[in-house]
Amino acid sequence: MDWFRILISAAVATTLLNGCAAPLAQRVEAPKLGVPVAADGLAAQTLNVFPDGRGLPPGQGSVKEGAPLFLRHCAACHGRDGRGGTAEELTGASRPLDHPAADKTIGSYWPFATTLFDFIRRAKPMTAPGTLNADEVYALSAWLLHANGLIAADAVMDAARLAAVRMPNREGFIRVEAP
Amino acid sequence: MARNPNGNADQPPVGAGEERLDRRRFLKQGAALAGATAAAGATAAQSGGDLPWLHVPGQPFSAYGQPSSHERYTARRIGANRAVAGNGVSFTPLEDLDGTITPNGLHFERHHNGVPQIDPAQHRLVVHGRVRQALSFDVKSLLRYPMRSQMLFIECGGNSNAGWHAEPIQRPAGSVHGLVSCAEWTGVPLSFLLDEAGVDQEASWVIAEGADAGAMNMSIPLGKMREDCLIGLYQNGERLRPENGYPMRLIVPGWEGVLHVKWLQRLEVADQPVMSRNETSKYTELLPSGKARQFTFTMDCKSLITSPSHGQTLRQPDVYQISGLAWSGHGRITRVEVSVDNGRQWTDAVLQSPALPRCFTRFRLPWRWDGKPAVLKSRATDEAGNMQPERAALIAERGRAGYFHYHAIVAWAVEDDGLVSHTY
Repeated sequence: MDWFRILISAAVATTLLNGCAAPLAQRVEAPKLGVPVAADGLAAQTLNVFPDGRGLPPGQGSVKEGAPLFLRHCAACHGRDGRGGTAEELTGASRPLDHPAADKTIGSYWPFATTLFDFIRRAKPMTAPGTLNADEVYALSAWLLHANGLIAADAVMDAARLAAVRMPNREGFIRVEAP
Repeated sequence: MARNPNGNADQPPVGAGEERLDRRRFLKQGAALAGATAAAGATAAQSGGDLPWLHVPGQPFSAYGQPSSHERYTARRIGANRAVAGNGVSFTPLEDLDGTITPNGLHFERHHNGVPQIDPAQHRLVVHGRVRQALSFDVKSLLRYPMRSQMLFIECGGNSNAGWHAEPIQRPAGSVHGLVSCAEWTGVPLSFLLDEAGVDQEASWVIAEGADAGAMNMSIPLGKMREDCLIGLYQNGERLRPENGYPMRLIVPGWEGVLHVKWLQRLEVADQPVMSRNETSKYTELLPSGKARQFTFTMDCKSLITSPSHGQTLRQPDVYQISGLAWSGHGRITRVEVSVDNGRQWTDAVLQSPALPRCFTRFRLPWRWDGKPAVLKSRATDEAGNMQPERAALIAERGRAGYFHYHAIVAWAVEDDGLVSHTY
């Protein structure tokens, strides 16, 4: 009988220990090996440009300056007028978004103009990404917005003006799993 | 495409109003026939003659093993941009594999501008933005943190997108549905790094960035990052392959592949998403209304039969092993049903255990093919109660312009000559 009790106690103790194991494991201490970086160092090298314009650098570029840059860096894949080639169409939407074969161009689909700067600066041209300076990226953004009929031919883009461009499809998205 | 309206003649409906085939009878008959096939195979081997590898010494040891040269065609199939070779995909040949683990050399790839060859000594992960203290971590430091291992599928949001086409695409199963793979991922829970940096109260997103040519960036809700995301360092026991993010990638269990940022170099904690090109212009799904679904993170409940599948041939009426894969970003697969009569009747397949959450689950069901046309389908259900939809139902809900997140039932037509092709 005593042995039986001991066995029972041992079983209960084991159960309790096992029951504690999971929460203890989740509280495993991690070493703190992160090296502090200054706000003006690695952290400042972020390329992220937010819809409110945060992250946009100083500089400016015009539609006129953007035209030769587009021909030089982009036209080989996107076509001379940006209507598409081996890479997708950027301009010239004719079929609306509720058409079964809708044209998803910058002008018809993209919700924010700031995305142009974010993406071109980090990823373009594909043969040498990250080599365009801020003025060139503003100029290319300006040309693409003009080619989509969103800004005038004599327009100039900078941080404040780019963030202020209201894209036609701004409200076109349903945020399914966003917090 | 000819279809058999009466289904499998060996397995007629059990009775009026009875929707399900009797699996035990299905299996019992299968087992008896399988025994007969094995006996025939043994006889063939005995008459194989004198085999040279019985009499000459074999190859010496190898530092890193490679598959048999006889399996050299089990390879990823590459679909790249003709102007930029590093922009494209490679598909896992799902129909040539079995079990649930994808070998590291066959894990699918989606690169936006090639595979960087990163020197780990020069690589840093920076955590900054809305934090108390911005921090930088090198690879050696991260290897000292507590780690967790988890078997997980990763699926590209664009997987199976040919399913939206009006005509069924005639390509092998893996070349259509193979932008999904499954591995054991080991890494550092992200919560450790976020706690160490000290996240601000108002933060709600983290923008992850890769160190590839193009520094691909994606926004991920902070809650998910804290809950179960990992800084992945090991894949199936070995350090990551370059094409899967060496020296480190983000692991976002159950969510779409593009969020599992490879060559991870930056996590910017923010109060809003960055609205990058790949979360606005791409990886969003246009609906018939003209509105688009955005931030559709969780990969849906899905399955497909990998054998028999497109391009394979059933040589003669005999017993065949129907085998396939099921997975869901919502959790465990609880059931996979198989139909051999285009969805009129369904039979529960046997699930290989353990069926882990957000992991490939292998299902199998022996089937005796009677030599008549048949249409094979599989239908998965997960623990959250999601059931994989028929293609018509998915299209009725989403239209056909969404491109991403196609997860409808896959149908394979078996012709009377045994040839298997894709059908709707």
